[in-house]
Amino acid sequence: MTALPPSYVRRSLAEPEPPPIAGPVSVAAMGVRLLQRPSNAVLTLISAVIIALLLWPAIRFLFIDAVWDGASRIDCLRETQGREVGACWPFIKAKLPQLMYGFYPESERWRVDLTYLLGAALLVPLLVPRAPYKVLNAIVFFGLFPVGGFFLLVGGLPGLPEVETRLWGGLLITLVISFTGIIFSLPLGILLALGRRSDLPIIRALCMAFIEIWRGVPLITVLFFATYMLPFFLPVSWRIDGLLRVLIGVVLFAGAYMAEVVRGGLQAIPRGQFEGAMALGLGYWRMMGLVILPQALRLVIPGIVNSFISLFKDTSLVLIVAIFDLLGQLRAAFADPAWATPSTLFTGFAFAGMIYFVANFGMSRYALSMERRLTSGNDR
Amino acid sequence: MSDDARDLPSCRNSPGADRADAIRSPAPPPIAPLNNPKFRALAWQLGLLALLLWCGWQFALNARANMQAQQISGGFGFLANTAGFGVNQSLIAYTESDTYGRVFLVGLLNTLLVAGIGIVLATIIGFLVGIARLSPNWMLARLAGGYVELIRNLPLLFQILFWYLAVLSTLPGPRQSISLWGEIYLSNRGLILPAPVAGNGAGYVVVALVLGVLAAIAVHAWARRGQMRSGRAFPVLWSSFAFIILPPLAVFCATGFPIGFEAPRLRGFNFVGGIRLLPEFVALLLALSLYTAAFIAEIVRAGILAVPRGQWEAASALGLRRGLALRLIIVPQALRVIVPPLTSQYLNLTKNSSLGIAVGYPDLVAVFAGTVLNQTGQAIEIIGITMAVYLSLSLVTSALMNWYNARITAQNR
Repeated sequence: MTALPPSYVRRSLAEPEPPPIAGPVSVAAMGVRLLQRPSNAVLTLISAVIIALLLWPAIRFLFIDAVWDGASRIDCLRETQGREVGACWPFIKAKLPQLMYGFYPESERWRVDLTYLLGAALLVPLLVPRAPYKVLNAIVFFGLFPVGGFFLLVGGLPGLPEVETRLWGGLLITLVISFTGIIFSLPLGILLALGRRSDLPIIRALCMAFIEIWRGVPLITVLFFATYMLPFFLPVSWRIDGLLRVLIGVVLFAGAYMAEVVRGGLQAIPRGQFEGAMALGLGYWRMMGLVILPQALRLVIPGIVNSFISLFKDTSLVLIVAIFDLLGQLRAAFADPAWATPSTLFTGFAFAGMIYFVANFGMSRYALSMERRLTSGNDR
Repeated sequence: MSDDARDLPSCRNSPGADRADAIRSPAPPPIAPLNNPKFRALAWQLGLLALLLWCGWQFALNARANMQAQQISGGFGFLANTAGFGVNQSLIAYTESDTYGRVFLVGLLNTLLVAGIGIVLATIIGFLVGIARLSPNWMLARLAGGYVELIRNLPLLFQILFWYLAVLSTLPGPRQSISLWGEIYLSNRGLILPAPVAGNGAGYVVVALVLGVLAAIAVHAWARRGQMRSGRAFPVLWSSFAFIILPPLAVFCATGFPIGFEAPRLRGFNFVGGIRLLPEFVALLLALSLYTAAFIAEIVRAGILAVPRGQWEAASALGLRRGLALRLIIVPQALRVIVPPLTSQYLNLTKNSSLGIAVGYPDLVAVFAGTVLNQTGQAIEIIGITMAVYLSLSLVTSALMNWYNARITAQNR
């Protein structure tokens, strides 16, 4: 069938484009990229102006105009310094113990530091792909470290006086909640994910309902649930610690999200692996434990790290139920009239923001590199 | 599929197994009930169900004992009681003498208000940033990338408190407020906008506007058909502007300028007239939109990257410029990848609006699960209702989403 060419088809040859710019590649390429057309040049200019407008005042505030030494708010006032005043770092210096430990007794703070040290010593080899003894390391980190950390932080043993959790605060609370959340939500999430993919209809329905309910409500309502509603459901004589209640809520919430992460890993395992395991005569639990989960969990390491990042950020919500994490202690520090200066607020936010940003950015980069490693392994 | 995971259907029903059965033994040997996978599966499930029911029963007994101990009467009767507290922002008429049920409604509407406006803003910013991040312009791409990384790695609550405490609360008071064109005022009391006042004949202007919009849609359809036939483009954009703006403007002049704006005026220590947006609302809206926009930008970027390169190349071979190629070729295809995660971001934004409680924005969680719970102590009912509201919002949205998704894939595959 022949038809007239459509009206939008060109009937004459186009003029040839000018040849590409010769010269040193990088500079020329950069010039073309940034200034090719007038519209492009305008975009470049606008972006550069925005970056300069944001970056320069920030640098001035944080470093150039900042006050580095001082004993009280007086040192951070414009009248005292006789110049424009930026960040008031003495404020952070004075409030640092509160931001890091809350009201954890000063003589016992070595216990917190020791817990951090132990955790870091166990976590770093777990995260480095080449380090040996992964299984042993994981067992110690996920099994023994929480127990050890609990006794170190809570105390109650001879030589370790008990420290009530209502004295805890600051970064300590942030880390305790996010670590406990991840460590307990991982097994819960694995069980829920297995249940959701199970062939048993009642179990599948229960797991699905559990996952959808917790994923469908905001974390705040979960924290309210754990703080105000949960005590009603437990025997009258039980008195649960406030931090423990919040932890229960966080674990339930994070478990539901973790279940979806693990489910993604389970779905990525080829059917042949299931069939191969069954052909070997393995029962359900051995098939899952020995063949499927080791592969699936390795696939979801980036997903687990990403869940940890969101949990680390979400932990800040506990300040609404009167448990003071890093952000909560920061807010409390703002209320101190002894440090009320015009730059106190920005200084505090800059400090806490840097902690959050460095931690989360680092973790997300790690997740990304793991992801690349895993996918490159699949391509081979 | 069989009822039991251990029961392998492909082995049982394979033709080879059947043949082996036929040769050796006509009937399989009977299995003891304890070893029968079906029986065991049923027993496990019933056992779990019984355990859960028992736990639920214990919870109910404990709840009754606890409520008796604290002298709280259960039930939803409290919804009809008088609230007796004020709410500083309400879309419906509300006074202190209204009921808790009305407070619930006020809170729900406030949640929907901030979520609705936030979704629109976040989508616009998110698409712009996502596309900018892929721009060949190095500077623009860096700027967008920096925005996404900075915003995504800071907790949302941190950002809400930052906008509220560090930015909005440190603004000057109403008397020294920052003024834009003498109509819009920004101070630590919030953002004050002029309020539209409708006079006689305002209805005609609205009618003209609606007719103009309809005409613009008709012209769009006509121009499209014309372009398909002749290949010649009709300036749709400009004609649409003309149709939408000119007739209402003409009617507006003809009926004697019936719509005016009541500009806010400083009276004493505060403003009179105009629409006042609470600083809590502004802080929450800013933080929510900017935060969610960073996530939407990543979704948009991933969606655009998922469109095969050949589509870009074909578009430029047809002589389309980058903007046109994006609008006509790439984004429509990318939407298929973008829409499902985009919806979950909308849901996240709605759920995250509950963080308004930290700055005192009167949303559902703050007024209902906060103030009403403190006053009545009926934790089970109130938290149950609050969770049910968010849960049904989520379920309805995901049901709509699944329907839309099924439609899109059915059309394209």
